[in-house]
Amino acid sequence: MRVTQGCYSFLPDLTDEQIKTQLQYCLDRSWGVNIEVTDDPHPRNTYWEMWGQPMFDLKDAAGVIAELTACRKSFGDRYIRISAFDSSHGWESVKLSFIVNRPAEEGGFFLERQEIEGRMIRYTTRPYSSQLPEGQRYG
Amino acid sequence: MGEAAAVLPETGVIDLRQEFESAGIGEVLEKLDHELVGLAPVKARIKEIASLLLIERIRAKLQLAGGAPTLHMSFTGNPGTGKTTVALRMADILHRLGFVRRGHLVAVTRDDLVGQYIGHTAPKTKEVVKRAMGGVLFIDEAYYLYRPENERDYGQEAIEILLQIMENQRDDLVVILAGYGDRMDTFFSSNPGFRSRIAHHVDFPDYGEAELLQIAEIMLENQSYKFSAAARDAFARYIALRKTQPHFSNARSIRNALDRARLRQANRLVADLDRPLTARDIITIEAPDILASRVFAKDDS
Repeated sequence: MRVTQGCYSFLPDLTDEQIKTQLQYCLDRSWGVNIEVTDDPHPRNTYWEMWGQPMFDLKDAAGVIAELTACRKSFGDRYIRISAFDSSHGWESVKLSFIVNRPAEEGGFFLERQEIEGRMIRYTTRPYSSQLPEGQRYG
Repeated sequence: MGEAAAVLPETGVIDLRQEFESAGIGEVLEKLDHELVGLAPVKARIKEIASLLLIERIRAKLQLAGGAPTLHMSFTGNPGTGKTTVALRMADILHRLGFVRRGHLVAVTRDDLVGQYIGHTAPKTKEVVKRAMGGVLFIDEAYYLYRPENERDYGQEAIEILLQIMENQRDDLVVILAGYGDRMDTFFSSNPGFRSRIAHHVDFPDYGEAELLQIAEIMLENQSYKFSAAARDAFARYIALRKTQPHFSNARSIRNALDRARLRQANRLVADLDRPLTARDIITIEAPDILASRVFAKDDS
């Protein structure tokens, strides 16, 4: 099941050229660009791990692409996303975030129904992959 | 660009003037000519490089094979001969011709590239290279990167990363190495990889006395000062004397001398508070402001 979070996730995966254009857009507006990695794609998991340091003083997207290539080499079997942080006063928040790498097989989510008193049901979604220990979830 | 090749068979005429003007390099070259005194051989080299790049660009438009040209350069010359200024212009020229995408200049020295402990150098160098992508990486006093007396020096690591990037990411950034002539020669001879990856070696000659005086006047003009006639003569003598002394660093020494002359001028004006002051007094550097220099004192003794 394809994980859809962040921008462009309902579109076909972006090519490197398209990613580069997006990055250049961010850098031209002096947003800090981050590369983040995780193997736990639950939508409520906001704590992805950062790859390297935030890149806020670059002029050209080639620098980010070089980092992304290095990141894919190490974590090609995990989710990688790029987020762009606007530090200008009044915003101070992430303005753009999109997935740039997915594992070859996306496991999908298990929907657990917990029956509680009064015929009520509580729902929990749990990625199948997160049943496995960290580091063995994909690939 | 595919159409260009179709429209222009081998005998077709290319409007070189229009290509030249649309790139806007004429402007940059003129500015270089106008702002930098002397340096005739350097300007000639820059013009040659610019012509080469212009032709290279037309060739690319016609889809003639050739590959991206190697653009890495080395600027050698004594201190204060304008290496950094020319590098800035070079970045502009390369940008206008489309050989670098952004045209910014990142100026670094050994401290910015080499780390203090094992494993610290590579990330540091890569960080700098990332910042320079799409522009020009200017490494000032590049020979400090290589310290033969210490075989465990981390400079070697930075050199290896730079060499790799100069080879593999030629279309992403241009590296300019700068330093004093003789020390750069030893640097290149102990790092043959660098020499072969650098296409253009540009040597910056020292300025003549007349050129230095001209530079001084341009500097003063930019700061809204001027020499009185006597001060001008005094400064010409100052330059002749200063040139023979140790640690003379061309335009930089001139700038420092002028800064000190401004200090003395201000001192002289403030010393007499009751004197009526005109704008002319404030902008004029007088002979005593220059003659008070230590350089002349040495001459007398």
